[in-house]
Amino acid sequence: MLLTSGILLLTLHMANNQEIATKEITLNMGPQHPSTHGVLHMFLDMKGEKIIKATPDIGYLHRGTEKIAENLLYHQFVPYTDRLEYWSAMGNNLAYVLAVEKLLGIEVTERAKYIRVLVAELSRITGHLTCIGAWALDLGAMTVLLYAFREREMVLDLFEMICGARVTHNYLRIGGVRYDLQPLFKEKCLEFVDLFPKKLDEYEQLLTGNRIWLKRNKGVGVISAEDAISLGLSGPILRSTGVKWDIRKDEPYLIYDRLDFDIPVGENGDCFDRYVLRMQEMRQAARIIKQALEQLPDGKPCIDMPEVVPPPRKNIETNMESLIHHFKLVSHGFKAPKGEVYASIEAPKGELGFYIVSDGSERPFRVKIKAPSFVNLQAIDPMCKDAYLADVVAVVSSLDPVFGEADK
Amino acid sequence: MPDINTLIEVALIIVKVIVVSLILFTLPIPLTWIERKVAGHIQVRLGPFRVGPHGILQPVADMIKLMFKEDIAPDKADKWLFKFAPLFAMVPAFAVYAAIPFGDKITIPIINKEVTLYISDMNVGILYILAVGGISVYGIILGGWASNSKYALLGGIRSSAQMISYEIALTFSCIGVVMTSNSLSLLDIVKLQSGTILGFIPHWNIICQPIGFAIFFIAALAEINRIPFDLPEDEGSLAAGYHVEYSAMKFSFFMLTEYLAMVTASVLTVILFFGGWNAPLFMPEIPIFWFVAKVGFFIYLFMWIRFTLPRYRYDQLMTIGWKILLPLSLLNILLTGLFLL
Repeated sequence: MLLTSGILLLTLHMANNQEIATKEITLNMGPQHPSTHGVLHMFLDMKGEKIIKATPDIGYLHRGTEKIAENLLYHQFVPYTDRLEYWSAMGNNLAYVLAVEKLLGIEVTERAKYIRVLVAELSRITGHLTCIGAWALDLGAMTVLLYAFREREMVLDLFEMICGARVTHNYLRIGGVRYDLQPLFKEKCLEFVDLFPKKLDEYEQLLTGNRIWLKRNKGVGVISAEDAISLGLSGPILRSTGVKWDIRKDEPYLIYDRLDFDIPVGENGDCFDRYVLRMQEMRQAARIIKQALEQLPDGKPCIDMPEVVPPPRKNIETNMESLIHHFKLVSHGFKAPKGEVYASIEAPKGELGFYIVSDGSERPFRVKIKAPSFVNLQAIDPMCKDAYLADVVAVVSSLDPVFGEADK
Repeated sequence: MPDINTLIEVALIIVKVIVVSLILFTLPIPLTWIERKVAGHIQVRLGPFRVGPHGILQPVADMIKLMFKEDIAPDKADKWLFKFAPLFAMVPAFAVYAAIPFGDKITIPIINKEVTLYISDMNVGILYILAVGGISVYGIILGGWASNSKYALLGGIRSSAQMISYEIALTFSCIGVVMTSNSLSLLDIVKLQSGTILGFIPHWNIICQPIGFAIFFIAALAEINRIPFDLPEDEGSLAAGYHVEYSAMKFSFFMLTEYLAMVTASVLTVILFFGGWNAPLFMPEIPIFWFVAKVGFFIYLFMWIRFTLPRYRYDQLMTIGWKILLPLSLLNILLTGLFLL
């Protein structure tokens, strides 16, 4: 009975809409969508399930970070950088702090340099783990996400041990780092570094040889080295095309030139290469952390420069001069010399740079953030051309955009 | 005036129908809990744990939530089709069970009456199940179409293509079994699987139809929309596919259908290839226990696969269906035919 009435309804329905025309459809993917990594919005012009054109539309998370910087003292802007690429916040701190230090012309202590490398590489691990986990989830392998987050949690515990915060750290400061490492930290961190490669093997067991994973990623989202360079891509996406460009090796900052590590390079420039690359980069990061921990020198975590670095808390309570310095710094900040600088680091997503123009006052005249996610997003259209709808998801995951950073 | 025996028979059938429907209606309640627990333990977490001991009341909480949620229909949706689509999906999922036997016969002790453990033993049982099961896809297509949303539409289109391509392979893989057992009745198929070959191998169809089983299992995975073939509701690219616009009870009808489909697929696998309620080698014959145990194992297998594998892309799915499964199932029929000759 029900069936007959249903079929009857359908026939009536069909009869009402007699002209049938075929046309391309435009699918609005995002900003609220499970696999657009936050708030990416894409216009997908499709013929059936084939993509003709993919146009990314960004700006849903724009907070005016660069403008905010113009109204803040130099040291007050550090916490805002945490909110740029929030999956690996330490790297953002580092890039900004390096730029300001370059402007001031100061050199931090050896210990601070080692600690900075340590936390930057730890945050590379957290960033890549999120990328791989979310990627697997988008392609249907939900379990990998939870495994990846289990290890990410361990790194976050280490961060908590370092600075008391788990996601937005505000740990690096101009002139050094905020706190020295806890006595137990070295032991815990070594424990993690030894365990981590085994856990990576576990994910690789689930994904690397998996027929479906290979089919979904091999030959998908291909980009040539020339195109990648002309689009200005950086990070794992550029390296997957075979271009060996890593700022840590090519323009070393901090102590990277003293450490022994490899830069993994892909050859096909497809999603699968980007996946393998990230896996290998995490292994290399673990290697770097281990070396940094072993070579960690004694010394102060900050330079001795009261106009830039606030004195230790206990001195403020007992020493008049310290109290004055502290008050001066908090209320007026410090003046930076006139000029402009650019400092960049190899962040998990690519080249993260801060360009600062100073007019000689306590506040930057202009701050420009070169965010890798923003630049890498340009590759969506060339990568998705003639691909299927489901490939867009793989491509976006492999580009790994973070919208705190892309939208600033 | 019909005689008393006919009346009793009719009453019995009505009772059986009610009992089976009640079981089917309540089955998804423990199944959702089990699926979440399985997911939890595979993914090194606890799964539901707050509502009741070990979260056992979680499905009840979900049910209350689904009942009291606002039932939204999109403004531009085709209101009638939108309302009927979940029913279109659900009714065939139940109707299939009219032909599925859960066991042979049992004697009720007090009234000393023999009762068959199936609603009807059709001589075309398999045909009926495949045909009625196939109707379910209308619910999905209509649901996708009526929602007037591009995501739902794409989900509906995907499901229609997917169902058609895999239904063929599914049916062809059953033909092998039908040929060896020389009957379309599920009861006969199970009966033929009792006993052993050479005294130590169970006489189950999986032994003589391994290719058939592989095709059947893969096609069944696609038929019931589970990972790696859950493209109609592809979370990654289509958000929720055909049921993206559904909420509250209408959504839960689709969920119910999916769980029932999973049970049906397990039951069919057991009946066609794993000897139904026949006990494995030298084990005591407790028909109901073995049947439930085997079905339970396959349900677990479906869940296990879901939390292990990624999903295929739409065109790859079609390639597998048409270029691998279909020729293979034809080959299987040919081989079975040659073997029978």
